[in-house]
Amino acid sequence: MAEAAAIRTSSTAPPPGTSRVPKGARMALTAAAIAAAIIIPLFIDSGGNVMNNLVLAAAYVVMALGLNIIVGFAGLLDLGYVAFFAIGAYTMGYFGSGFHANAGGGDGIHFLVTGPAAKLPGIHVNFLIICVLAVLATTVAGMIIGLPTLRLRGDYIAIVTLAFGEIIGRIAINGDEIHGFGTSLTAGRQGITPVDKIDLPGIDRFTSLELRPWFYVALMLVFIVLFVNFRLRDSRLGRAWIALREDEVAASSMGIPMVKTKLMAYGTGAAFGGLSGAFLASYLNTVNADQFQFSFSIFVLAMVILGGLGSIWGVVVGAIVLSVINNYLIPDVFNSLPGDIGLDFDLTELSFGIFGFLLVIMMILRPEGLIPERRRKMELVEDIGVDDAVFESRLP
Amino acid sequence: MTDLILEAAGVTKRFGGLTAVDDVTFSIPERSIVSIIGPNGAGKTTFFNILTGLYKPTLGRVAFQGANITSGRPDKIMKLGIARTFQNIRLFGTMSALENVMIGQHSRMKAGLFGSIFRTPPVRHEEKYVREHAAEALEYVGIRSHLHDQLAINLSYGDQRRVEIARALASDPKLLLLDEPTAGMNPQESDELTQLMQKLRDDRGLAILLIEHDMKVIMGVSQHITVLDHGEKIAEGGPQEIRTNPQVIEAYLGKQASQETP
Repeated sequence: MAEAAAIRTSSTAPPPGTSRVPKGARMALTAAAIAAAIIIPLFIDSGGNVMNNLVLAAAYVVMALGLNIIVGFAGLLDLGYVAFFAIGAYTMGYFGSGFHANAGGGDGIHFLVTGPAAKLPGIHVNFLIICVLAVLATTVAGMIIGLPTLRLRGDYIAIVTLAFGEIIGRIAINGDEIHGFGTSLTAGRQGITPVDKIDLPGIDRFTSLELRPWFYVALMLVFIVLFVNFRLRDSRLGRAWIALREDEVAASSMGIPMVKTKLMAYGTGAAFGGLSGAFLASYLNTVNADQFQFSFSIFVLAMVILGGLGSIWGVVVGAIVLSVINNYLIPDVFNSLPGDIGLDFDLTELSFGIFGFLLVIMMILRPEGLIPERRRKMELVEDIGVDDAVFESRLP
Repeated sequence: MTDLILEAAGVTKRFGGLTAVDDVTFSIPERSIVSIIGPNGAGKTTFFNILTGLYKPTLGRVAFQGANITSGRPDKIMKLGIARTFQNIRLFGTMSALENVMIGQHSRMKAGLFGSIFRTPPVRHEEKYVREHAAEALEYVGIRSHLHDQLAINLSYGDQRRVEIARALASDPKLLLLDEPTAGMNPQESDELTQLMQKLRDDRGLAILLIEHDMKVIMGVSQHITVLDHGEKIAEGGPQEIRTNPQVIEAYLGKQASQETP
């Protein structure tokens, strides 16, 4: 008994949900990070490449944090996350561009929009309302993809979600030949362009030359998603997700409704993908089928894994790192490297090879991610939460 | 005759060609401790899994307080008031003892998605209540407060068993199913657990269904014992009857032994 007591007192594990960093230091770090994110962009050229990278990184952080709820918190491996990006982007395209050229008898339908968009044909709805629509559409889509995966686990969930992502991607490509109501379903590879710029009350119109306002909108989205992530993690729902992730049989025997709890994870996770998708559609000024390919799902998943599954700050860092590598280091800094040493290709052609390489290195050196989440680390190291028991099939 | 809290009629479970539970009829009176015993592989745990909704019986019917719960969903059955522990402890290892017990109260909580995000006053109040209630449940089963924030996997075996019971109790069940709760415990811990079971019945008015191998525990607390062998009910009755029942002795010790017993 004395031995056991000694072991117990020596393992001073911090209370769950916290890290080993003391609370004061964590608060200070968080405050410093938020302050830096707000202040530093004020001194960066508003039309420059650095600002462009900041905007993209922020949008990717939103997406990665959304996926983190599904994969990191609830442990449902989703390989089709690009579908939610696509649905969010198309929501923006449908309700904030000239895509539906015949809408309103050719004069267009306008709702709470100002500037040139108010006179153009097509449907033009205020950006904030489109955000709400995108969240609704992707939440529903998330639940729809959630339903068939409910009776599955592990790798099988991954396969179904992968297929879902592919279906949405294919529909995006071929939708230009699906006609109805005087318009086509998507604009295929040609893309919907231009897309309305963000139009917020009391702020000058957003343009593609001044990127700083875009950044602050993206940062606001990041803050909202961060807030939701933290609150959900330390809630009844967050506990239920961890319980389901570790042991479905015990969790449901303890009164956790599996279907509802999993669908909540899919729904909220998907909503953030949609939010980010709507923002990116407006920012990139196009909704193009080529954006919605399988590789993008893997790209977002790589952010989550690189940062640390389930770790909120880890995922933020992972998203920023991969965004910078993808949008700055590879195309702008090292792109001519192979050419310089006499090889006949650009580095951009190797992007995914590089990400794959990074992930392999991570898996060897630090499989729990850059900033690991304590529980996930334990699951990796101590083999907890191995899903061994299987529910009986409930099909008739 | 006291009221029955649970009734199972003709429960049968087949896995392919194997009949794990064969036409078992069984009932639990209110405020009683009853046991199921039997050799390994007799179908005891399968029967538990049927009662708690993890398995769907091939045939038969289960009613809890008059309501049909045959092949109901596990979480719904839990919500109705049947809580359980597992033979091989199934705590959530990366959660603290306290959080594990808080999970037990999930079905009694109301906080939804938006309440959790905005942490509304009712939600905050509920979290606080649930935390306190969980701490009480842990104290009740004998886990002292300095262990509440320890992760479940770092607890000793006996403590893990107790936390699992606390987790089940936290939902304020009316019927508690314990699957070999004293397995791996030393005699003193078994005695404490036996007392705890009696306390639960007497103080809280719980009915307890026990699967157990330790005959001292079984004979000490059970009002009624059901014996399963190869999925069939081969005997039932009070501890004295079971102790001297030749069929039971045969199932446990073989035919020769039963003949030699006077």
